[in-house]
Amino acid sequence: MGDFDFDVIRRSLPYLFKGMEYTLGLTFTAMIGGIFFGTLLALARLSAIAPLSLVASGYVNLMRSIPLVLVIFWFYFLVPLVGQWITGAPQPLPIGAEKTALVSFTLFEIAFYCEIIRAGIQSIPQGQIGAAKAVGFTYFQQMRYVILPQAFQNMIPILLSQTIVLFQDTSLVYVISVTDFLGAAAKVAQRDSRLVEMYSFVAVIYFVMSFALSRLVRRLQTNIRIAG
Amino acid sequence: MIALEKVSKWYGKFQVLNDCSTEINKGEVVVVCGPSGSGKSTLIKCVNGLETFQQGEIFVNGTSVGQARTNLSKLRSQVGMVFQHFELFPHLSIIDNLTIAQIKVLKRSKQEAIEKGMQLLERVGLSNQSAKFPSQLSGGQQQRVAIARALAMDPIVMLFDEPTSALDPEMVNEVLDVMVELAAEGMTMMVVTHEMGFARKVANRVVFMDRGSIIEDTTKNEFFGTPRSKRAQQFLSKILSY
Repeated sequence: MGDFDFDVIRRSLPYLFKGMEYTLGLTFTAMIGGIFFGTLLALARLSAIAPLSLVASGYVNLMRSIPLVLVIFWFYFLVPLVGQWITGAPQPLPIGAEKTALVSFTLFEIAFYCEIIRAGIQSIPQGQIGAAKAVGFTYFQQMRYVILPQAFQNMIPILLSQTIVLFQDTSLVYVISVTDFLGAAAKVAQRDSRLVEMYSFVAVIYFVMSFALSRLVRRLQTNIRIAG
Repeated sequence: MIALEKVSKWYGKFQVLNDCSTEINKGEVVVVCGPSGSGKSTLIKCVNGLETFQQGEIFVNGTSVGQARTNLSKLRSQVGMVFQHFELFPHLSIIDNLTIAQIKVLKRSKQEAIEKGMQLLERVGLSNQSAKFPSQLSGGQQQRVAIARALAMDPIVMLFDEPTSALDPEMVNEVLDVMVELAAEGMTMMVVTHEMGFARKVANRVVFMDRGSIIEDTTKNEFFGTPRSKRAQQFLSKILSY
């Protein structure tokens, strides 16, 4: 044990903290974007307008059938080429690793949040839709004031669970060399040859944060069951 | 006020409504009865477009319900509906249940809506429950709130779809009392119900349905005196024998 130097963690804390900031920022942005656009996509999937629901379900199925890493790569390497092709620029238009990560995570998460939200909307009894129609609400008012509030109330635990998965998945940004929490720790680990110390620390932090969040989910689940 | 002209509806090949025609005039109370599965609920839901129909026409205050260019939300805001299972909005307090459509659909101010809502809660005897949530109320209370919610929109006609069928027996009367009062005030009402006592008391006409068709459409006295069809006689003898 004498060979271990856990002080390396203390020394690199400010750097690690920056990495964590990025990780949380990415998680939060992808979650907000995912839930917002996922809601719209879910409404499109459930729409009676056939082309709309076809396009929406096509998107969801596509995103759910390819690995996230591939989406990240695709954005990082192909979008600059597409940009070049569209604008006719002499060189590929780089969009930057951090932007790539934000966009690709959001696009990917939209599909997953969409499926959760779709199930949530479908869990609201038909009678509620009838009542919402009967008081004169338009389609969007029915959704906004009657269906979605109830659906989200039921869905909060599942949405948070998906966010825990998202939080862990953000570590995949290492493939395009973005310095997130794991990336920062990895760099320090390589530089100081303190792999065991750094990776253990990272594991502990991921565990503590995910576990705390999943306890919160458990609590919310019980509360909702009592309220319902 | 409401005119149904040869309304027919099919689920696949099964015909649920067969050439149904009747009329409800202003201030009239029409009770629709018949055995379960006879299409009465489907028929009343066609009136405000909650169910579609394939043939015939329905006019509410001169507006054709079935036509694609009819603004259904606008029409529905003038037609109050009370459901078998109350269908209050469970995530909203009682007073919010009564005000939300007033504010969002009729564009009333919040204060105006609350005033109107409290007035109606008073009327159905529940003004002390306004801050509660639907799940904290009994079935009978919920249904009275549902009636108040529909009245808050100042409807020109009220539709009741088996308003007492899901209630415990001791709560049926408190709901019927509100409905009787409403009828006495001259509200135009179409009521799907098995409550023959209610029909006797306030109905102007009784429409009897069986297997998707309107078999009798007569005055109350004629219906309870001597229904012409055998089917209605059977129905009445079963339902009134207890």
